[in-house]
Amino acid sequence: MSRTVYDLIGLAAGVAFILALKGLSHPKTARRGNLIGAFGAGLATLVVFFYANEGSSLPLNNLGWILGAIAIGLIIGVPAARKVQMTQMPQLVALFNGVGGGAAALVAIVEYLNLGDKATTAVVIFTVFTVIVGCVSFSGSIITFMKLQELMTTRPVIFPAGRFIIAATLVSVLGVGGWVVNSLGTTPLLILAGLSLLFGVLFVLPVGGADVPIVISLLNAFTGLTVAASGYVLDSTLLIIAGTLVGASGTILTRLMAEAMGRSLFGTLFGAFTAKPQDVAAAGEERPVRSGSPDDVAILLNYARRVVIVPGFGLAVAQAQHTVRELADLMISKGIDVAYGIHPVAGRMPGHMNVLLAEANVPYDQLAEMDEVNPTFGQTDVAIVIGANDVVNPAAQTTPGCPIYGMPILEVNNAANIIFLKRSMRPGFAGIENELLYDPKTMLLFGDAKASLTKVVSALKAL
Amino acid sequence: MEPMAIVSIFVLSVFVGFEVVSKVSSTLHTPLMSGANAIHGVILVGAIIVADHSKTNLELGLSVAAIILATINMVGGFVVTDRMLEMFKGNKK
Repeated sequence: MSRTVYDLIGLAAGVAFILALKGLSHPKTARRGNLIGAFGAGLATLVVFFYANEGSSLPLNNLGWILGAIAIGLIIGVPAARKVQMTQMPQLVALFNGVGGGAAALVAIVEYLNLGDKATTAVVIFTVFTVIVGCVSFSGSIITFMKLQELMTTRPVIFPAGRFIIAATLVSVLGVGGWVVNSLGTTPLLILAGLSLLFGVLFVLPVGGADVPIVISLLNAFTGLTVAASGYVLDSTLLIIAGTLVGASGTILTRLMAEAMGRSLFGTLFGAFTAKPQDVAAAGEERPVRSGSPDDVAILLNYARRVVIVPGFGLAVAQAQHTVRELADLMISKGIDVAYGIHPVAGRMPGHMNVLLAEANVPYDQLAEMDEVNPTFGQTDVAIVIGANDVVNPAAQTTPGCPIYGMPILEVNNAANIIFLKRSMRPGFAGIENELLYDPKTMLLFGDAKASLTKVVSALKAL
Repeated sequence: MEPMAIVSIFVLSVFVGFEVVSKVSSTLHTPLMSGANAIHGVILVGAIIVADHSKTNLELGLSVAAIILATINMVGGFVVTDRMLEMFKGNKK
């Protein structure tokens, strides 16, 4: 295959990626967009096997190794993506992003070893960039995975002199990078990779649990840029286009996500170091709460005119989306006005709740976005909060200095009655106490969300 | 490749990347991130190229690792995005 044909097919794949991102931005075309992207990626991969690089011939060298490695990747990747629970999707995306960053770093390292003295300064600079950012993306994503999987604490991890250690690590990463450019040695490159991995860990540790999705998106953009840089090293226009597209769209997406949470990107990344220490005394002391039975809840609902359901991560964990729909249908059949109040970042990722409720075939027009539903809480008789916490925590409006301060919330505190379905009194993902739980108009129904809802449904049917 | 050509491709791609996602609703943030994530799995192409011209065992070993990781990123990424979007079907008003 001639270079021209090879490049033209690469260009076609690049166009497919643009159409994919465009399609993914609209609900109706999203699925098709994803398929177009997959087609482009498949095409680009296939065509590599039919083009001999300079000084090389077909079939590719090490073909058996290449095909074997792809097969192993498929055996690991496809079942992981197929079998993952809805609740664990965010961390899987983080993990996929991390391995992509790792792959880019490895590609740059191999090319660097291969070129030896022949590498131009520009190529070495791009190699250094790819190794640094790829390694940061890899280790940073592993930490976000562990936070989301709750293999480690979801709270910001702050250590003494943390910001100095982070700054010192960054300075040494850049210093060693300069050393690599000057000396062209293998050892400095490996030291660079090690230090970058360390920096990725230190960079993500201080980020609080609720902000993790923003960081995943940022690391995703980073990985895109490393792919673009390795495209320069390998003289591949396709990699430059694809990587830059992801880098640019990922940056915008990160900003949009930060805005949806009412956060500045800077505050997300460095907030843990500047936030005032929280008032933790309240968490320790026992305070009275009003807990109720499923029957109490059913009676309250039976005489309500308007009910707003606020789903959160607990709904996803309990897989209660079908049960909640059953409850909503039952209330509607009793003439009660029912809406779902969807916070843009409820759950572990933006849009998580929409996906979950769509699975249970909840009609789209019952889903109300935050701006729509907030003014109506004053006329709402009962707000049912199912496994959500931070997104309804009034502390975001009233307590300056708390980690979620400034985040827009669903103002369920304006409803006449509030029902919280919770597993325990444990605070939400951000680790902040919620005053609303102690409010006299709040009733708590403890237990697994699905079990509780099932009991409420049968109690309501009996009335 | 000409440095100027590369700079042009880079700058134009940045603007296209900004443009295509600038007005996306928060509902689609997660699938869009996941889809973009799958697209950078195309680093698989780079991994195959370096595996082709690997000369030492070290180089080959590292490229094989890169291919495995890149395949997981690309294929897993598209499959998981499709699963997310599957949930939206039958949801058109």
